[in-house]
Amino acid sequence: MTEATYIEAIHAALAEEMERLPTMVIMGEDIQEGGVFRVTDGFLERFGPERVLDTPLAESSIAGVAIGMAQNGVVPVAEIQFADFSFPAFNQLVSEAARWRYRSNGASGCPIVVRMPYGAGIQGALYHSQSPEAFYAHVPGLKVVAPSTPHDAKGLLKAAIRDPDPVIYFEHKRAYRLIRGDVPEEDYSVPIGKAALRREGGDLTVIAWSMMLHESLEAAEELAAEGIEATVLDLRTLAPLDRDAILEAARATGKVLIVHEDNISGGLGGEIAALIAEHAFDYLDAPVRRLATPDIPAMPFSKPLEDYWLPSKERIAAAMRELAAY
Amino acid sequence: MTRIHQPESGLRASDLHRRMYRDMLLAREINDRMLILNRQGRAAFAVTGTGHEAAQVGSAHALKQGVDWVLPYYRDTGVMVVLGMSAEQILLGLFAKADDPNSGGRQMPNHWSFPEQRVVTRSSVIGANLPHAAGIAYASKLRGLDEVAIAYFGEGATAQGDFHEALNFSAIHRLPVLFFCENNGYAISETSEKQMSVRHVAERARGYDIPASTVDGNDVLAVHQEMRWSVEELRRGHGPKLIEAKTYRLVPHTSSDDDRRYRPRAEVEEWARNDPIDRFRTRLIEAGTLAEEEAERYAAEVREEVDEAVDRAWAAADPTPESALRHVFREEGDAP
Repeated sequence: MTEATYIEAIHAALAEEMERLPTMVIMGEDIQEGGVFRVTDGFLERFGPERVLDTPLAESSIAGVAIGMAQNGVVPVAEIQFADFSFPAFNQLVSEAARWRYRSNGASGCPIVVRMPYGAGIQGALYHSQSPEAFYAHVPGLKVVAPSTPHDAKGLLKAAIRDPDPVIYFEHKRAYRLIRGDVPEEDYSVPIGKAALRREGGDLTVIAWSMMLHESLEAAEELAAEGIEATVLDLRTLAPLDRDAILEAARATGKVLIVHEDNISGGLGGEIAALIAEHAFDYLDAPVRRLATPDIPAMPFSKPLEDYWLPSKERIAAAMRELAAY
Repeated sequence: MTRIHQPESGLRASDLHRRMYRDMLLAREINDRMLILNRQGRAAFAVTGTGHEAAQVGSAHALKQGVDWVLPYYRDTGVMVVLGMSAEQILLGLFAKADDPNSGGRQMPNHWSFPEQRVVTRSSVIGANLPHAAGIAYASKLRGLDEVAIAYFGEGATAQGDFHEALNFSAIHRLPVLFFCENNGYAISETSEKQMSVRHVAERARGYDIPASTVDGNDVLAVHQEMRWSVEELRRGHGPKLIEAKTYRLVPHTSSDDDRRYRPRAEVEEWARNDPIDRFRTRLIEAGTLAEEEAERYAAEVREEVDEAVDRAWAAADPTPESALRHVFREEGDAP
């Protein structure tokens, strides 16, 4: 085990897979320079410009070219510089990559990985802060992951690269240098589709992922001091959802709070709540609660506005107290 | 520089010409039959490329089958005939049968996928497969493989961002991609004037430093010659090319379209007198390559071939209802 930051774990996963797979290509805007976040620092020197491909500023073709590469023996890992810029590529991801296997009746696949730095908390304003995971998690044929720890960041990225189907990999910008943790030195991967229990407590369950998982864990520690013990479930994979883990945690505690950065209406929290209502209703001691960002188009630049918009550990703790007291 | 080449198939020119003529006839027979079967209520939908046969057959005969990558669009019955998809296989797609090689009855007819001939599955979203051709060609170049990719599309697709992004990317990396436009003057009802401010699609390539040419798309030998030369250039690593074949769709856009609403009959009749199959037949007979009786025999053969294909495809099994849930993600036995 070595300690690494979240961004170091992503860098290591990419580098190790580039070493292992001679036909792997990473591609995106500014990645030869290391990328705007420095995820691919040093890759150009190590692997050359053909495999570390600077693309034109044209997201649809970043995704579309990656899809083509995947048909011809190349393992492409595309970076969309900010998840906010993925919408020009939406058609390629939704109409093309996601349906490739289905529409060819299993005769061909589309093994691509699309990395999307995402999330708020860095004053990125409307177009450098969004959490568009629900758009992609809605689409059958896409797998969607959003790791919260360096261990999972590395393990899920390796799993994504080795997966035979398209995977959208959401990496949280605020986690890059903020979140540290143990990362095994040997080769490993984290299975797509499995949530992780980060904390166990009998009073209520909090379901979260990525940076909101960390805020929720801190809130849970705060509440433990008050005698309220919470289970905290890290979804890790957003599509397909780990239904068993969600329902088990809901049944065990009878109270569930779902926290996410995406705005509340139509966010993934609604799907999780519906799942619990359908399959664990008899176990519930309180209505399922959601804490998410308000229904405004996207996060504003101003710090006071950002702070008002984004769920914090204090607001999560308040919601947990309310739910525990229900 | 001479532009006369040995055919890719290794056939003598006269044999190749007869083969191309027969392929065009077969494509036309399948196209015509698909619309009839729709009118008979046996097929929910049909989309054809009637009138485009010279552009399709002439171009596809310049490819190395099983080596070169092909991304046809929904009018390209002629391309698929050249690549060896049988009438029966095409009709299995029309009837949405389980053994439809394209999609097992999932996609609308003529949404080709034929991995054994490197035909790549596509959606109905126009132009979206052009970046795929660029990506395939990038992989060919990266892996040092001697193969090219050819993407087929109509002039309507050239208004899409994906068309421009694909040309731009291909030009930057000097990729072995051939962009083949079947310009029939109409994107459903919209004339070219509503799609672009230039007269020829070929002019669009200039901004990307991609050599482009415009050919008579109803002259199968002109198309073939231009293709052969362009593909050779591609194989030499000279970067992408664009060919614009000017042609005309002699039928409505699809079985659901009524082109009388937007096209004067006189215009359609004028183009019908320029039918690529009639033109080629006259030329072959005049050159002594084809005898009248041989032409009649070909016509009878393809009619019989399609008759039998219709019967077999119609009798084939539908997909089982619950198979609708399969192949969302990789299953055992699927492609990797």
